[in-house]
Amino acid sequence: MAELKEVMITTDDIKTDEYLVNMGPQHPSTHGVLRLLVQLEGEIVHNVQPHIGYIHSGIEKMTESLSYPQIGHLTDRMDYLSAHMNNEAVALCVENALQIEVPDRVKYIRTIMAELSRLASHQLWWCVMGMDMGALTTFFYGLRDREEILDIFEETCGARLTVNYSIPGGLMFDIHPNFQRDVKAFIKKFRTKLPEYDRLLSGNVIFTERTKGVGFLSREDAIAYGVTGPTARASGFACDLRKHQPYSAYSKVNFNEVLSDVGDTYARYQVRIQEMWESMNIIEQLIDNIPEGDYAMKMKGVIKLPEGEFYQRVESARGEFGVFIVSDGKKNPYRVKFRSPGFSNLFAINHIAKGWKIADLVAIMSTFDLVIPDIDR
Amino acid sequence: MAFNIYDFTTLTKSIHEGLTASYSATTTLIIEWTIVGVAYLLFVALFGLFLVYAERKVCAAFQQRMGPMRVGPWGLLQTIADFIKLLMKELITPKEADKFLYNLAPFIVIIVSFLVISVIPFAPGLQTFDFDIGIFFVTAVSSVGVIGILLAGWSSNNKYSLIGAMRSGAQIVSYELSVGLSLITIIILAGTMQISGLVEGQREMWFIFKGHIPALIAFVVFIIAGTAETNRGPFDLAEAESELTAGFHTEYSGIKFAFFFLAEYINLFIVAAMATTVFLGGWMPLHFGNFESFNQIMDLIPGLFWFFFKVLGVIFLMMWFKWTFPRLRVDQILNLEWKYLLPINLFNILLMAAVVLFGLHF
Repeated sequence: MAELKEVMITTDDIKTDEYLVNMGPQHPSTHGVLRLLVQLEGEIVHNVQPHIGYIHSGIEKMTESLSYPQIGHLTDRMDYLSAHMNNEAVALCVENALQIEVPDRVKYIRTIMAELSRLASHQLWWCVMGMDMGALTTFFYGLRDREEILDIFEETCGARLTVNYSIPGGLMFDIHPNFQRDVKAFIKKFRTKLPEYDRLLSGNVIFTERTKGVGFLSREDAIAYGVTGPTARASGFACDLRKHQPYSAYSKVNFNEVLSDVGDTYARYQVRIQEMWESMNIIEQLIDNIPEGDYAMKMKGVIKLPEGEFYQRVESARGEFGVFIVSDGKKNPYRVKFRSPGFSNLFAINHIAKGWKIADLVAIMSTFDLVIPDIDR
Repeated sequence: MAFNIYDFTTLTKSIHEGLTASYSATTTLIIEWTIVGVAYLLFVALFGLFLVYAERKVCAAFQQRMGPMRVGPWGLLQTIADFIKLLMKELITPKEADKFLYNLAPFIVIIVSFLVISVIPFAPGLQTFDFDIGIFFVTAVSSVGVIGILLAGWSSNNKYSLIGAMRSGAQIVSYELSVGLSLITIIILAGTMQISGLVEGQREMWFIFKGHIPALIAFVVFIIAGTAETNRGPFDLAEAESELTAGFHTEYSGIKFAFFFLAEYINLFIVAAMATTVFLGGWMPLHFGNFESFNQIMDLIPGLFWFFFKVLGVIFLMMWFKWTFPRLRVDQILNLEWKYLLPINLFNILLMAAVVLFGLHF
């Protein structure tokens, strides 16, 4: 009989190793075809490497063969949740290049539509934020309210998501006669519904435990990574272009730039919730004062921009959205570059998520409010 | 043969006598086993389907929608349609999987659930096994289920599955303590571990009332720990859809997936049934001290109805917080157990012991 040997097992003998997990391109919480190569030690995230390009559609290249009014229609497909802001950015850029001033009516309507888009976008963000945290009910509460905004969009311009509403020189159509009534009814209703969001998620013990003090982004790092939008404002970086470089009708309204100096997941969450209140304030100030006038200027059949470089940035729901047009005087741009907020924001994720757990990575990613076609363009 | 809906002893006895009259003792035993087995299979399948349907309707109600409405009246046949779909699905085994363990895991999980159900008293006389250590049997057997989950996660050869299984292992092993300790609290009060004895002890007053404060604490702890045992939200870390796609059963398809799915709902029923049996009086009707007429009216309602009424109530409670709360993180879930529930439980046992010792209970 073989002699029994005493085997000593200490933790030193157990070989542990980091391992790689592909989160995505098909994964429920990457909200599209984003692929994160996550280096894990047990549950702890050591490194996150975003891999993009799975939904690259070549929009920037395509624009080189399109005329200026046509470019706007492609921008809808980038950040589809703030489609109107993208349209507006292109329209503003072309208008600036041509040095024309659109009527006040156009400015007011654009601002209202942009704020409605922001509300709809933040609502959807709230839905999936809850879902990523495991609270599935939030999804339906958010969509319930978002549906009403989309109905207003549909009535205004026929589309619910890719609105195609702003064109160089004005708007595609005038607003529907019911627009003001519907928007006011929606705001009145949503003012009572937004506290429900807080009751369902913000105040929940598990939610606050999971978000407070998790995933810090300092102001300096936010600036260094080029993070913009609510994500940066939660770190105390005052970057709201509506406030600091007002365009359209933003100079005519009073609103607060929502800032927080904490910089954790909960702060990013709260900033967006507060922005919804501010958006409603902005809309309420404008909705009754839409001036009479033309909804579009008479533009030439073929728009030709003067030779030169033109840049216009707007505050989309995710942050700073910029349009850079290089024109050589023809009817097509020579080169177009879109500065998308999601792209810059995404690459801060490694810095933030390092050292936290997988569940935190999901929560952090959720507060970035990523739209993948916006990143890939 | 008179059929008594209040007490199934007459029914089972008459079946037994009828069989012994015409068959030998061995044949009788085999026939009785078959009857019991088929009854349990039918019950599990039907109640499992019903629970899936109920969960979908309950969550729909919380989410301001209607739930399944198309298949059958009010979508009643939806889960049956889904089940048939699952039966027809291809059974996929990953190439690099440990085939034996991979195929074994779902059976371990479902068999464990069946074993635990066998000691639950549905109504007077409707209980298959009545051990004198019934509660011990429940805690002992239900802890075997985690082996199935660990095997499933390990053998799938998928990192998500492995993370899910490890989470589940840590979670279930921890929360078993709280389940056991909260049951012990009541055993101190009842003075018996036999399940029929526990129910019988609640004839006058349910233990949750009889043991007042410590029993109530034990009940709350039991519901929390029980939810964690069943891997349901907010403790569904093992599945954690938004993190691990589907956790330990990511790679399973068809009927093997259905086994995990069914086991989850049977476990939900088991936790609710144990809570009912131990805290809420099992099939005993609601009695209030000296309200004689009230008690007599309550007695008119059959025990089977009482049992399912309470079980469904507890299940509804557990569905309620599944569909309301976000998910906990893995370290928080262990903190909750080891830093909060366990000390509370230990203190609670002392409290209950004092209550019983000085006769402070009702």
